[in-house]
Amino acid sequence: MKSGLFGFLFAMWVLIIVGGGIVVTLLGPISISGFDELDLFITSMIKAIVALVLVVVWILILLKIKNWIFKKELKL
Amino acid sequence: MIDLLIPTIISCVVAFAIVFVMTPPLIKILEKRNFAVKDVNKKENVMVVRPGGPAIIAGIIASELVLYAFFQMNEILAILITTSTAFVIGYVDDRKVMGGWFKPVALAVSAIPIIALGAYDSNLAFPLFGTVQIPALYLVLIIFMIPITGNTINSIDVLNGAASGFMVIASFSLSICLFIVQNYEIAIVSLPLGFVSLAFYKYHKIPSKIFPGDSGALTLGAMYGAITIVGGVEIIAAVALLPAVINSFLFLSSVKRIVEHRQIKGKPVEHTDDFRLKATDDKKAPVTLVRLILAGGPMSEKQVAFTIFKLAIFSGILAIITAFMMGVSI
Repeated sequence: MKSGLFGFLFAMWVLIIVGGGIVVTLLGPISISGFDELDLFITSMIKAIVALVLVVVWILILLKIKNWIFKKELKL
Repeated sequence: MIDLLIPTIISCVVAFAIVFVMTPPLIKILEKRNFAVKDVNKKENVMVVRPGGPAIIAGIIASELVLYAFFQMNEILAILITTSTAFVIGYVDDRKVMGGWFKPVALAVSAIPIIALGAYDSNLAFPLFGTVQIPALYLVLIIFMIPITGNTINSIDVLNGAASGFMVIASFSLSICLFIVQNYEIAIVSLPLGFVSLAFYKYHKIPSKIFPGDSGALTLGAMYGAITIVGGVEIIAAVALLPAVINSFLFLSSVKRIVEHRQIKGKPVEHTDDFRLKATDDKKAPVTLVRLILAGGPMSEKQVAFTIFKLAIFSGILAIITAFMMGVSI
């Protein structure tokens, strides 16, 4: 069990590093222009939506990993 | 560098000494007023006083004021106001049982001083890949950060010494990381958190003489969150806090709503005849870190707490590796 927990911690860490890479490469370059003073607002909204989608995907992956690592223990 | 050494030593000594000296009289006052709860993990009918929050916040305020006298940084004021507000929120919850949404919403409000004082940098730094600018989104992140760290530390406060011992490891790891990323001033500002936790651990460790209560746990968690934001080490801090994050994640993913622990009907953990802890098969009970630790078989309370500390050390090492990776770009 303990090794499973350490493995889960490590998996979360890898997901954070990889997720960071996706955020920087995907969110970073997004820039909307042509709406004057609304440019920043629209850009932020799009970044927020993409970030939310990424967080949901991250949580779903984490749930899968959790169920895979703790399959035996979580017979609930 | 020598200029930084004197305020560092004074603030750390003040942080440790105030909590160490103030907690015994606080225990006596709380005993007189009968502010005690049953320690459910003891065979005998052991009553333990709470909350230890007043001693913890006194240590934090005194040590950070010492640092403010030397540095006059807005970041210190932001940490002080946010942490003190979190203490008040926790103290209200200690005195009167509030609803499940009270703490997250109130803690979100406590983050406002960080924004008002401009004590943040809206660039979110990631290891290996660099930074991303999210000016508007970062404000939302600040509002969410304090409730997350506050409640995360509160949720791990289930065993004697677990919350304070965990905070000792997580906060010193964070301080080391801040030194590695060369954010020396915030690293120094973060050190009192570790020393306050260490002094409180002396009385909180098994067998506990005092519990931190919501006021103590939220104070420690909110200060950790505030340091994270003003130090610009969001990702590193999240890594150092991973065991507690896992606990909250497991809890929320099994309960599927924000709810107070006392509102949960199923018991995740029960006791053996010799009063060791063991995981239950209760399908209504939430999955928690302690329940997963106990899935391999019954353990004593001390053994479970030490397993949590081992996990905290592991994530502290991962956080330090992450800090070194901040200086590398691919």
